[in-house]
This record gives sequence, C-alpha cells and structure tokens, in this order.
Amino acid sequence: MRTLNVAVALLERETQNTSAPSLDLKALSVRGMSKHFVSYKPRFPWQKRAVKKHVVAVDDVTFEVPRGEIFGILGANGSGKSTLIRVISTLLLADEGSVSVFGLDVVSRELQVKQMINRVSVDAAFFKKLSPMENLMYAGRLYGLGATQTHARGLQILDRLGIGTRVALNPMEDMSRGMQQKVAIARALLTSPVLLLLDEPTTGLDPRSKKDVQNMVLNMRQQHDATIVLTTHDMDEADRLCDRLMVLDRGRAIAIDTPANLKHGGGSLEDVFMRLTTEEEDAAA
Amino acid sequence: MMLTGTRELNTAYAFFERNWNLTRRYMGWEVAWFVYSLMSALTILFIAAATEKITGQPVDTRFFVLYLLIGTTMWSYLSAVFDIVAETIAWERWEGTIEYTLMAPVPRALHLIGTCCYAITYSVVRSALIFGAVLLIFGIDLAHANFITALAVVVVGSVSMIGLAIVAAVLPLLFTERGAQMTFVIHSSLLLVSGVYAPIDVLPGWLRVLAPLSPITYILRSVRVGLLDGGGLDQVAGDLVVLAVMGALLVPAGLWIFREAERFAKRTGRLKRSG
Repeated sequence: MRTLNVAVALLERETQNTSAPSLDLKALSVRGMSKHFVSYKPRFPWQKRAVKKHVVAVDDVTFEVPRGEIFGILGANGSGKSTLIRVISTLLLADEGSVSVFGLDVVSRELQVKQMINRVSVDAAFFKKLSPMENLMYAGRLYGLGATQTHARGLQILDRLGIGTRVALNPMEDMSRGMQQKVAIARALLTSPVLLLLDEPTTGLDPRSKKDVQNMVLNMRQQHDATIVLTTHDMDEADRLCDRLMVLDRGRAIAIDTPANLKHGGGSLEDVFMRLTTEEEDAAA
Repeated sequence: MMLTGTRELNTAYAFFERNWNLTRRYMGWEVAWFVYSLMSALTILFIAAATEKITGQPVDTRFFVLYLLIGTTMWSYLSAVFDIVAETIAWERWEGTIEYTLMAPVPRALHLIGTCCYAITYSVVRSALIFGAVLLIFGIDLAHANFITALAVVVVGSVSMIGLAIVAAVLPLLFTERGAQMTFVIHSSLLLVSGVYAPIDVLPGWLRVLAPLSPITYILRSVRVGLLDGGGLDQVAGDLVVLAVMGALLVPAGLWIFREAERFAKRTGRLKRSG
C-alpha cells in the first residue's frame, strides 16, 4: 500500500504541475512498443565471417492493464514475452513506442518506476550461498526499508509461506526450486510492489509447489492491491489466474481478451492458442 | 519512510552488508586465498633475504626486504580494491543476480559507493594481516618510518584506484563473456608497469612510458619515501597532487562511462545473467 500511495501522490503532483484533467490510473500502458536485437551469425556453415542479422523480438505491441488486474501473456518460446517484461522492468530500452507505469515513463522516470515494480523470473535470482533472510535483507535495503523493519516483515512473510526461521537462516542452495521460488515471491512481497511482473514463475515446479505459487499470486492481488503481469506456458494456470490474456506470436500481439471470450468459439484455452498461432503461421507463410 | 540521507546510507550499506555476508559464507575460500597471498609475499621476501648469499655481493638486506614488503603489501591492497570494484558486474553475472540488482531503485553512484566502501575495508584488513604477519616473521624494524605520509598517500591514492576500477568495471558490462578476462589483463599490466617489485627505471622504454599513467606508480613511490626514508608529506606533495588530480578526474569519468555503458547494455540486451 505504501508504494501505491507514493505512486498516487506522484501522479497528483504531476497532474497539478501540468494541469492535466484527470489521473491516469492505468497500472501499465504499453504503446506501439517494438524491440529488435542484432545478432551475428554466418549465413552458411562454411562461411567464416558472421553476417549482421536483425531479430524482431517485440513488434508494435499496444495494451493497457488497469489497476488490480492479473494480465496474462501467452506465447511460444521466443515469441517476445520475456523481452516485453524486461522492457517494462527497465532492463531493456525499447527501440520504438513507450511504456509507462501509473503514468510514469519507464525511461525518463526510471527510479520512480523501479520503486513501484518488482519481478519474479523463471530462475530465482538469488545469491545462493546466502540465506533467505540475508537475501531479503539485501532486497529490503535496496528498496529503502530499514534493517529492523525488513527483518520483522521478512520473517513474517516467510513464515506465512511455510518457511520457518531455521530454514530462513540456511543457505538458499540447500533449498528446493519450489522453496526458492517461494522466497522470490516473499522478496517481491517485502517491497510492496504495485506492479508485479511474473515471468514464468511456475515453470519447472512440481504440482504442489506450482499450486502454492498460484495461490500466492491470487493472494497478492487480494491482500496487497497489486497489479500483476504474468507470462506462462501453462494454459490452465492462465485460465485460472488471469482476468485478461494477450497472445504473442513472433513479437506481435495477435489477441487480447478475457479467457472466456477467447474460448467463445469452443475448445480449451490450449486449443485457442494453437489455432491462433497456427493461423498466424499460415498467414506468414 | 526513511529520511533522505539516511535512506541513501542504508541503500549503499546494502552492498557492503551483502558483500560481507558473501565473504562469511565463502570463508573457506577467503582463508585459502589469504594463505596463498601470505605464502607469495614470504616467498618474494625470502628472495630479498637471500640475495647476498645468491650473488655473493654485499646487499642492504633490511632495506631490500622492506622495499619488497611495501611492494607486496601495497599490491595486495590496491589489487584487491581494483578487483572487487572492477568485478562488481562480473560477480553479479556469475551469481545470476545482475538483473535483480540493476532493476532495483538505486542510483548507480550509490551502488558503486557501497561496493567501494566494502572493497576498501576488506582490502585494508587483509593487507594489514599480511603486513603484520610478515613483520613478525622477518622482525623488521619500522622505527624510522613515517606512517602519516604513508597513510595520506594510501587515502588519496585509493580514490584514483577506485576511479580506475570503475572504468574497468564497464568491460564486463559491455562484453558479457570476455569482460572479466579483459579486467584481468588490466590488473596484470598494472602489476608490471607500476614498479611493484622493481623500480620503473629497469623497464624497457616502451613499457616505462606506461608507468606514469598508473596511479599505483605514485602510490608506491611515495609510500616508500614515507616508510623506507621516513620522509614527510612535503617530500611527497608532488605525487599527492598527481594522485588527487587523477582521482578527481577518474571517479566522475568512471561514473559517466559506467552510466553510458549501462545505457548501451540496455539498448543491446547485454544485462542478461549469462552471455
């Protein structure tokens, strides 16, 4: 809540300064965003000199996510999901278009945006030799929390996620992937993000850990007033958790709608996904 | 909410505390590395102690041992500062935390200040232990040494060393796979051209021209004036000015280069955890 209040205060100040008529409370706004990368590969196997090649990762994508929504992004490997998440999380600069979080541009207002967001990725990015508490302490200080506050809140959150004090003081490398992912979510909760970016958080987890993480995602929205952007390959997960879904194919948004509307023509979400991406492949061919 | 100022200190301390925790968790390696450094220092100093015997010529052994002790201890300190700061990005990449750290709401200057504070603390403790152990083993007399001169040179020189290390830290940011190797080449080049174990006069001309570009050259020369000759601050004033100017130029230049390199890395997608 604290971070959300900061965001709203910032927006109010912005609107007073610019005499804008209303507050834009879209948690996330992506407009005409494109990103390409340059790779160097030989054109033929016998060719020694590499040839510069442009790879389009995200192609003119536009969407908005209202506050409090769980917005899912579906797409095959290499469809641009992670690139999109990395642009939103300020780790990449878009080539074209703009991205704003609660009205703040991710490039020109980078530090304020960073304060409002957090990201949980497919690989739990931790110092594996350090304990969950030491990792949480590091995160807390980075996000402006004091040691006492971080310690008390960290233990409380970990306890709620089923990680006791003894485990919280042992190195992360001794923990299972599922447990590590829970700590990643605890770390995100600790900093009270108003926009949470979840990049395939359940990939590779066993069914029980997956269920636990999914329940935590729902809990975050209900109890922490967080807006969530979730990328996943799991269609059941997307169907269960997300209010709306966007399907990405070769960097382009080919559908944005609620799971129910997407399934309107019949079949499961997986059938819809296969149909949509095949149609695109045919069109491209 | 924390007050501004306290908050900045708290943020910079995040990097200090994290590095301290990592040092504790890798204590076995720390001990092994310390023993290695101590053995290396002793080996070098025994060469000095045995020179008279090896050459059959009279040598001022006390002077020669102390000359090399200053070289080996100062190199231990300055190279540790350089490595910790220069490898700050490479380290994050190895641990897989680069994306998490760089998306945190932390100005890069605070990130680097926290890292530098730890680098200096760690390196001072480590080098003091090596210096103390060698002093005891060789029974070196430092009664005539001027520690104030040596301390002033180390303090001023450390700033320029940090500036150089920040510039070198850009390499792992720009070159995901080879950047750390490039910083290692800079590290070893500094060892060669800065007069760590021998006066720079013995270097061939084409190498000697590089010596004035290294802050370590001035640091070592002035620390030796203080500890070997008992020279005062007035005798090292020229070197102190050069070091101060180097620090004043290298630190802001390093921060600016780092910021631009980070922007380039974000444009080209090089902030990934792996190459």
